[in-house]
Amino acid sequence: MLFGRVKGNAVCTIKYPGTEGLKLLVVQPLNKYLEPVGPLQVAADVVQAGVGDLCVMVRSREASLALPEIKFVPIDLTLIGIVDELQVLPEGEVDITLQHGWNTFS
Amino acid sequence: MILARVVGTVVTTIGHPDFKNRRLLVVQPLALPGEAPDEDFIALDSTQAGIGDTVLINREGGGNRQVLQNPEGSVISVIVGIVDSVFLEDGE
Repeated sequence: MLFGRVKGNAVCTIKYPGTEGLKLLVVQPLNKYLEPVGPLQVAADVVQAGVGDLCVMVRSREASLALPEIKFVPIDLTLIGIVDELQVLPEGEVDITLQHGWNTFS
Repeated sequence: MILARVVGTVVTTIGHPDFKNRRLLVVQPLALPGEAPDEDFIALDSTQAGIGDTVLINREGGGNRQVLQNPEGSVISVIVGIVDSVFLEDGE
């Protein structure tokens, strides 16, 4: 699951059977510091997000399982939450390297 | 499954019903010295982990539907354990 910022709408008049009525949004995937990662993508929306919202998205088969009714459709990115509050440790405060030998964490 | 460190918390009031009553955490996969770490992502918590904890994450939908006891759950990454220690043999 990943962050995304809604950048706009996508409208399709001809769609695969089962995807009629789905709202499609253009989103920019983001990393934990909300910096853009990769190109813009199109996601289905089940939480009624709008342009400018920061969202949580889910990929792959689970994207179509998040849809309300028909779950066997060709959808690979779905918005599943709107972020109200985000707290992330600043860069440099996180040590993410595994050393050789014993690493104890608690 | 992968090892990662919890680096943040996400609060969503409007969300999919599959995610109700569980916390979403921002996690950063761990890497070996000198190797580039993988991109961070968001995982659903099932273990009461917190910021700074090292956790075990299942990144596969089928197992997660079993963990969450929801056969049509749309969750792809779930925190399934809090790691106490890891032993790696010396690199050559």
